[in-house]
Amino acid sequence: MPKFLEMTGISKQFGGVRALSDVDLDIAAGEVHCLAGENGSGKSTLIKIISGVQPPEPGGRIMIDGHEVSGLTPAESIRRGIQVIYQDLSLFPNLTVAENIAVERHHGLHAVNWSAIRDTAQAAMQRVGVSIDPQSFVADLSIAQRQLVAICRAIANDARLVIMDEPTASLTRHEVDALLALTLELKRRGVAVVFVSHRLDEVLEIAERVTVLRNGEKKGTFEARDMTDRRLVELMTGKSFNYELSETDLSAAPVVLAVRNLSRAGDYDDISFEVKAGEILGITGRLGSGRTELALSLFGMSPPDHGEIRIKDRPLQLSSNREAIANGIAYVSEDRLSLGLIMEQPISSNIALPVLERLRGPFGLVQAGRWRETVRRWIADLGIKVSDPENPVRTLSGGNQQRVVLAKWLATEPSLLILDSPTVGVDIGAKDGIYQIVRDLAASGLAVIMISDEIPEVLYHADRILIMQEGRIAGEYLPHQVTEAALRQAVDA
Amino acid sequence: MRNALRRFGRTHEARLLLVTVALMIFLSFATKNFFTIQNALDLLTSYAFPGMMAAGLVVVLVAGGLDISFTAVASIAQYLAVLAANHYGIGWLGLFGIALAVGTALGLLNALLVTGLRIASIIVTIAMLNVYYGLLMFVTGGDTINSLPDWFANGLSWVVAFDSHQNPYILNMQMIGLVLAFIMTWLLLNRTSVGRQLRALGGNPEAAKRVGFNVLRLNMVAYGYMGFMAGLASLVQAQVAQTVMPNALVGRELDVLAAVVLGGASLFGGVGTVLGTILGLALLAILQNGLILLGVASFWTECFTGIVFLVAVSTIAWERRRQRLAIRRVIGTAA
Repeated sequence: MPKFLEMTGISKQFGGVRALSDVDLDIAAGEVHCLAGENGSGKSTLIKIISGVQPPEPGGRIMIDGHEVSGLTPAESIRRGIQVIYQDLSLFPNLTVAENIAVERHHGLHAVNWSAIRDTAQAAMQRVGVSIDPQSFVADLSIAQRQLVAICRAIANDARLVIMDEPTASLTRHEVDALLALTLELKRRGVAVVFVSHRLDEVLEIAERVTVLRNGEKKGTFEARDMTDRRLVELMTGKSFNYELSETDLSAAPVVLAVRNLSRAGDYDDISFEVKAGEILGITGRLGSGRTELALSLFGMSPPDHGEIRIKDRPLQLSSNREAIANGIAYVSEDRLSLGLIMEQPISSNIALPVLERLRGPFGLVQAGRWRETVRRWIADLGIKVSDPENPVRTLSGGNQQRVVLAKWLATEPSLLILDSPTVGVDIGAKDGIYQIVRDLAASGLAVIMISDEIPEVLYHADRILIMQEGRIAGEYLPHQVTEAALRQAVDA
Repeated sequence: MRNALRRFGRTHEARLLLVTVALMIFLSFATKNFFTIQNALDLLTSYAFPGMMAAGLVVVLVAGGLDISFTAVASIAQYLAVLAANHYGIGWLGLFGIALAVGTALGLLNALLVTGLRIASIIVTIAMLNVYYGLLMFVTGGDTINSLPDWFANGLSWVVAFDSHQNPYILNMQMIGLVLAFIMTWLLLNRTSVGRQLRALGGNPEAAKRVGFNVLRLNMVAYGYMGFMAGLASLVQAQVAQTVMPNALVGRELDVLAAVVLGGASLFGGVGTVLGTILGLALLAILQNGLILLGVASFWTECFTGIVFLVAVSTIAWERRRQRLAIRRVIGTAA
């Protein structure tokens, strides 16, 4: 197949830091290609060079359609058919679907031709078999639909290469399937697709080749069919992670949390389970299966209609999260960025705020010494890489932010820790750190509930797995008695 | 058509229309003078100034900005234009030419500062309000211009008909200016590519940059248009007041902002319509007029207006939150 894009000897340096060194990449017309690498591996820099946002250092060559291009600008890149769909999709929520798709028609200074806009949008949607009301507003669409709009916009701009940055991160399995089907349709029409991701299980199914970057260097381009998850992780991180399935015997451990016939209309129904001290209970299920709602009820945020929650054999009626905290329940939210941390505040305040009450001395004033001691202890215990605890949390990497959230809740000295999607948006290396911490915490006697989308995560890091489906518990499994495929099937059933 | 009607029924504008009409019906029965053509004409004349300002401000809000300085801009524009008209025989064309040029120029300066300094537009324009106003007061010494050229003092007005008491129904330049302002804004926002770019910029500034829209140019259109409207409105106001006082307008900017926000425009940008702005303004105007006609003390009028504003804006916020939750729920069940 003819090459659409060929790049050779691409290097880039930012203020003394090497972002890319001597990277080659080629994409055939109509190829589905994966670009894999951890955060900071140079993926984004490479995309910026392809899209003309950043120039490569001298010596790097870019060929499009067999012609060498020098001084590629963003406009030139788009003109040659390269379209980047960023993770945030870059759509206009307050404009209609048609306007978003045909946004190029809004350039310049002229009267708006509404019928031309509708036609352009309809044509683009028809070409890839998408049907969304062109008059509806993007703000009213689901994330998956918005993604389709973004793809249609690329099509409307005569894309020959569509680069999608982390396209599956916020999609459900069903939506991912629809996206993959659409990708195959693009491929059939000779449009090449590059998936940029650090979570590749789904994308590997339809990709032809995978290029792996690590620390700005290309580790190679491989046939996707020869690639396994494990090998990919090794290539991306340079480390191998061999997780053992848990066979921990917890029969003698005391029960920390017991839930009996818990129901909440519209969210979950007739839920019963137990978690023992030292146990990691994995709960998985699709988005909307009621897992997060259940967790919120256990944390006192949305009271159940029926049923009973017992902590260490004491019945609990939780009417607020403050009560839950007082009773030794901690909850680390799914969306750590918007809900878990105050990004502009110092790391120290983020850790110490939930336990302010316990740091008070005479006159009810916070004692600086105890504050510092608490902060120091948790930073050390969780191995948070911090240059100064007074820096804002925002300056930390994703993995370290996650640890700060954990520290914040562990400072409340809970007996039950609920983790909701603890590794979303975290690199594989940092994920490993989090798994280690969670295991250590469990080993020290904490009961842990780990809610996750990712089946390997619960399979390899939980002692027991519950699957939720439409608000009910659809199955209970022990890791060494089940396979990943069987779990996946149970979740999608 | 039916679909469009149903879609309209769910909008903020539809509810605003309902409340306004209900209030009008109530006032028609509760007071003797509300439901008369004469009262309607009076209202149009006296609300022409805030109305034209609102027609400019909604564009800035849609583009994701905020302008507080327009009353000072209008004061400078009317002062310079009328001063020139008093000394030179420049006529209507020259008068409007000066006011519009001054207004637009000061608006463009706002745009340059907002875009260049990358500071929140509310801060920049509050500062500029003080700069413009301070300069005007310093240069004029606070002196009022009491004598206007005769042709301007007489204004432009046409007797259209007479009522039963032989009082004339008058169509004046205030009404024409008001209608013209709203038509221009509607055309700008809905029928020009620049208007759609402005809306796109207000909805997602980052994406607008990525698509290649020129943010500086767009801000110049938005703030320049606001300044243009301030220039136009300033003359309409001076003609009604029959005098030009440098300190007559500053202080009214929040009333205009209130009307625009009441009309559904969002301070976060990207949201706002001409119909909503007209209704927001109409509701405030009718409310204030109605309370006066009902004989309520003027302090209560202000207090009551504030309460209505608070309730209306809370409903908007509540409704938007409900919509977002509904969307999230749909996403959840679809999965």
